[in-house]
Amino acid sequence: MSAPAVAVAGLTVRYGEVTALSEVSLEIGAARVCGLVGMNGSGKSTLFKAVMGLVRPDRGTVLVGGEPPARARRSGAVGYVPQSESVDWTFPLSVGEVVMTGRYGRMGWTRRPRAADRAAAAAALERVELADLAGRQIGALSGGQRKRAFVARALAQDASVLLLDEPFAGIDKRSEATMTRLLRELAAAGRTVVVSTHELRALPRLCDEAVLLKNAVLAHGDPASVLHPDTLALAFGLDPLAEEPAA
Amino acid sequence: MSPFELLIAPLEYPFMLRALAVTLVAAVVCAVLSCWLVLIGWSLMGDAVSHAVLPGVVLAYLVGAPFALGALVFGLLAVALIGVVRDGGRVKEDAAIGTVFTTLFALGLVLISVVPSQTDLSHILFGNLLGVYTPELVQVLVLGAVTLAVLLLKRRDLTLYAFDPVQAHAIGLSPRRLGALLLGLLALTTVVALQAVGVILVVAMLIIPGAAAYLLTDRFSRMLVIAPALAAVCAVAGLYLSYHLNTSSGGMVVLAQGTAFGLVYLLSPRHGLVGARLSRARRGRPVSLGA
Repeated sequence: MSAPAVAVAGLTVRYGEVTALSEVSLEIGAARVCGLVGMNGSGKSTLFKAVMGLVRPDRGTVLVGGEPPARARRSGAVGYVPQSESVDWTFPLSVGEVVMTGRYGRMGWTRRPRAADRAAAAAALERVELADLAGRQIGALSGGQRKRAFVARALAQDASVLLLDEPFAGIDKRSEATMTRLLRELAAAGRTVVVSTHELRALPRLCDEAVLLKNAVLAHGDPASVLHPDTLALAFGLDPLAEEPAA
Repeated sequence: MSPFELLIAPLEYPFMLRALAVTLVAAVVCAVLSCWLVLIGWSLMGDAVSHAVLPGVVLAYLVGAPFALGALVFGLLAVALIGVVRDGGRVKEDAAIGTVFTTLFALGLVLISVVPSQTDLSHILFGNLLGVYTPELVQVLVLGAVTLAVLLLKRRDLTLYAFDPVQAHAIGLSPRRLGALLLGLLALTTVVALQAVGVILVVAMLIIPGAAAYLLTDRFSRMLVIAPALAAVCAVAGLYLSYHLNTSSGGMVVLAQGTAFGLVYLLSPRHGLVGARLSRARRGRPVSLGA
């Protein structure tokens, strides 16, 4: 059981002429919170997609819990919390129904929930403190609650690796603190949490380690060193050693 | 005329009974499918597939194959062609859809014009409810039942596909296969409905009930009840009206659905125009709304 939760080796992904990821290699250990930092277009989303098997790598391999992505998906190992912008919040589903979709991979052909599925969904909602809002339409939640509803879906799924795309975008300070505490607790309980974020402020409290991406891994280590101004300047296109100020 | 005469007298004709059965089945199957189509944003795709089946149906008629087979082949061919044109990069999706389905529809029109038995095939365009005989009725009933059963058995997967295809992928399902299933069922549904209202108006039955139901509830499971119920009421009302007013039956059914949608759009408690903007609606409509 020594396989890392996520192991990426020599990963290169191109979209036509554009190289989104070049020779990315990194390992994320189990039961850790890893922050993925980089500008828009730095390849954060592409890395998530590669872990989920949504893009085909041009080179390199991805393993989740020691398994190729397709097998990891079928065993429900990969939980995904989407960006707010990619969700249709007017969709006529309740919070409880959305959380239940996390169980679908474990259900029969018609996805008819059994007692165990209902129990798992209820426990997941309880875990993220949304049990009393299970009957609400998914869009009738606050920004922070919406994020937690999708975390609950990944928990109902019993995913060992949780991928969160910009979980702090558009939520207030208190929800951010709640989310940070929740993710820390999930890691303490053995789940691996990978968070892509612009919110550098939240990272030291949240993460065990951080990865700085700019279509390649610029730095990977403890958050304090990765988030050092000199390192960040590299990622955001400002070379501190350069003579001229960057544009 | 007494209510009895209005409602029962038409049913003394066997052709009216068959017409009623076909309209009801077509309306209900289309309405259930429409719930997914309006939520995914596939109204234009519904329009495209329902028109694009025309050459398939004509060719099936020519070689004596089942209409459903021809429709299915051309429905899926249309979807594949749309995908090819769109993924070429330069042409946007709506232009790709518009180009492909109108071309296939035109091919269907040309085929109809060269096939000897012209009057028969023009019914595909406008529907021919009152000319339904037992073989057509059986075909509609069987196809309708199969389509409805698959839709309802796979409803949870299809809803997940509509809401969050990435999650469907992440838990090991195949969004591509679910999308293909929905499009295949769309082609079959078109065959069910073209007898009732014709290829041109099928798209109305594939959009209006779902759109109206979506205005009435925030629960997908309730949409799946409201949409077919509304469509069934409109089907019966439209058919009776067409009988008594001696008007086009397919046209009347769709007109009834459009009117029902209008009422829902105005009066829906939560999402209706009146509920949302009572004062503005009052200015636009001189009648008292009881407020």
